[in-house]
Amino acid sequence: MLPTLNGRLQTRIFMLVVFGSLVTLVLTPVLPGDPDHGTTFIILATVLVLGIVWELIYHGIQQFRWEKDWPTMFGLITILNEGALVWLLVDAGVVPGIDEGSVPFWAFFIDFSVIWFVIWVWTNGPMRVPLIRWRFFGGRIV
Amino acid sequence: MSEPAAASVVPTTDPSTYLPSQPISGDLTDQMLQTDFWTDELVAAAGIPIVDIPFVTIGGGIGSFVTVDYLRIAGVPTSQMRVLSTLDFPWQTYEYLTRVSQVPRPERIRSDSASRPDNIWGFPSYAVSEAIQKKTLAPLWSVFAEPIFTDYYTPKAGHVFENLERESNRIAYNEMLVKGLVRIVRRRYGGGYFTILTPPEGASATKRVAFRSQYVHIAVGYPGLKFLPELQRYRTENNDYRHIVNAYEAHEHVYERLVQTPSTVLVRGGGIVASRILQRLMDDREKYGAQTNIVHLFRTYINGTNDGYGNEGDARPGGGRTRTFMRRRGENGWAYQGFNYPKSVWGGQLKAQVRKLDGEQRAELYKRMGGTNTPWRKSWQRQMNQGRREGWYNVVVGTVEDMQPSGERILNQVRTAQGVVPLEVDFVIDCTGLEADIAEHRLLKDLLDHGGASRNPVGRLNVDRNFELIGTASGSGTLYASGATTLGGYFPGVDTFLGLQVAAQEIYGDLAKRGFCKRIGPVRSTLQWWKWLAGSAP
Ligand SMILES: Cc1cc2nc3c(=O)[nH]c(=O)nc-3n(C[C@H](O)[C@H](O)[C@H](O)COP(=O)(O)OP(=O)(O)OC[C@H]3O[C@@H](n4cnc5c(N)ncnc54)[C@H](O)[C@@H]3O)c2cc1C
Repeated sequence: MLPTLNGRLQTRIFMLVVFGSLVTLVLTPVLPGDPDHGTTFIILATVLVLGIVWELIYHGIQQFRWEKDWPTMFGLITILNEGALVWLLVDAGVVPGIDEGSVPFWAFFIDFSVIWFVIWVWTNGPMRVPLIRWRFFGGRIV
Repeated sequence: MSEPAAASVVPTTDPSTYLPSQPISGDLTDQMLQTDFWTDELVAAAGIPIVDIPFVTIGGGIGSFVTVDYLRIAGVPTSQMRVLSTLDFPWQTYEYLTRVSQVPRPERIRSDSASRPDNIWGFPSYAVSEAIQKKTLAPLWSVFAEPIFTDYYTPKAGHVFENLERESNRIAYNEMLVKGLVRIVRRRYGGGYFTILTPPEGASATKRVAFRSQYVHIAVGYPGLKFLPELQRYRTENNDYRHIVNAYEAHEHVYERLVQTPSTVLVRGGGIVASRILQRLMDDREKYGAQTNIVHLFRTYINGTNDGYGNEGDARPGGGRTRTFMRRRGENGWAYQGFNYPKSVWGGQLKAQVRKLDGEQRAELYKRMGGTNTPWRKSWQRQMNQGRREGWYNVVVGTVEDMQPSGERILNQVRTAQGVVPLEVDFVIDCTGLEADIAEHRLLKDLLDHGGASRNPVGRLNVDRNFELIGTASGSGTLYASGATTLGGYFPGVDTFLGLQVAAQEIYGDLAKRGFCKRIGPVRSTLQWWKWLAGSAP
């Protein structure tokens, strides 16, 4: 990816709202431990809010790269730091609307990983099909 | 061999072959040459037949191809467009240049997986199609791990050409192709343009044909080959075109000799072409046991972090200090960079940044991110390291003061930091550059003199953000330009496949606003993509 800061934020929000919601909607009923849609959508919202902060950090890191690019691999491995942080906050009961220890780890793990993977794949290819300007304008949608 | 003044760097397109020996009717008149705006009567009076066509693109290389590809996808029928070109197929010049500079079909080119001139979406990328075609995961691993654990994935030249051929058939490119050399483009009194084509001998009853159109696109590639002046002088003075060659001209005879006779070769230049030539020389040592001694002459020796002004540690006229956020790796003489500009000029931060800059500031950033460079590739590093260890690859830093024949050999006097040293070699391969001044191209010079065109901060054609050639508007008509001749504009990566597609997208967008084609919105784009996948006409 060749994101600008603005493009990063727009793409992040677009992807989580569209694909995050779709996956959450479909996946929630089959997750282990039966979390309800309320819980999974609160988690999704948490990912979104924290994601905006992460994007600011990534943008800063990108400045050290001569190419000012964001390698494909970075888009995937950032699942580790982002996933870990969200899980810690969810499990500790810091996220409003979710009680401490109420979300089963595997439910979170599956939900989060599937969303992440779908978005990563979509960002690295199919997204260019409907929106021909997107890849030339740093990931901006509008 | 091609002359620097010819319109093309491909030897086969010698302009004289387009000039019939018999004087026939329908030629440009002096009055026409002296008039900046032509009336229909003026052209008709000269006996030049007029063909009406709304859009013409001049060049017929990759730049013209990707532009008509976009427009075909935006719903323009072939009857509305003509490609005026001396080439039989769009990748002809590119294939010629890459082949002589040692990238035959099985070798990998420089640009990346998503730079697909046969596919406006860049999806599926070359890596994905190669993985599917060859039933292997290796290309996918490569694009996943690049550039951290692997070298950048780049497609094989042959793969690129095959797919271009497929797309060319799909959009019925040949229906639009008109062969000939374009002599001149002039604005038409009342709007639009006249493009004067000289068809090949026998193809037309008149010497010239005029295309009357509202829109013209110019993508004529490199204005010509540029030789280092001292090499050019030596070649003409000694009538020796065998021992001193340019990497962009056919020079197989050099490699043939090297395999037979142990010799010393001087390679000049520090860019990717020098890397390719070195690879060939070193491959021939490995494969055929050539005993070649390589002397590599750098004018600037890069020894660490650097930018377009040079080494971080050296005196940097005009360059100030290297910026912490703007420096690249380098060593052993080379500046390392995957592509010819930092990658984000094709879509990310640097693209957005340059789009906002004008004049001096733009020229400064171009300079800072420019400079000769080459990719770091594992196989090249291995070969060079072996050469250094075994003593057959040596580097000299300096400039050549003088060259004299010495028997069958060439004696160079090289000015180095330690003074002038003599250097006797059997062959010189010049890998220093391709690009001549735009005014050496007759068509472009005429646009500067009579068409209202001007130069940008780095001396090439001055185009706007939509690739309109500034100052050349004619009534409701527009003249666009893309490719190497427009380097230095609001978008830096112009002279690449992806850059030409970025330009094509801007041109298409502008033409859509003017009502010439449909807009490629999400629905049209998706439907068209499926057609591309199925291989059916747009
Ligand atoms: C060795 C080498 C390797 C490269 N590798 C890459 C790479 O890996 N990836 C990448 O993206 N880019 C690469 N490039 C850049 C590449 O050349 C351009 O991306 C692309 O080929 C340029 O297309 P073009 O249409 O501007 O020019 P061309 O493809 O050269 O086409 C222009 C054509 O216009 C014709 N013409 C000129 N004047 C007239 C006239 N008056 N009338 C009619 N026709 C005329 C000429 O025949 C000329 O061939 C490479 C360049 C070189 C030299």
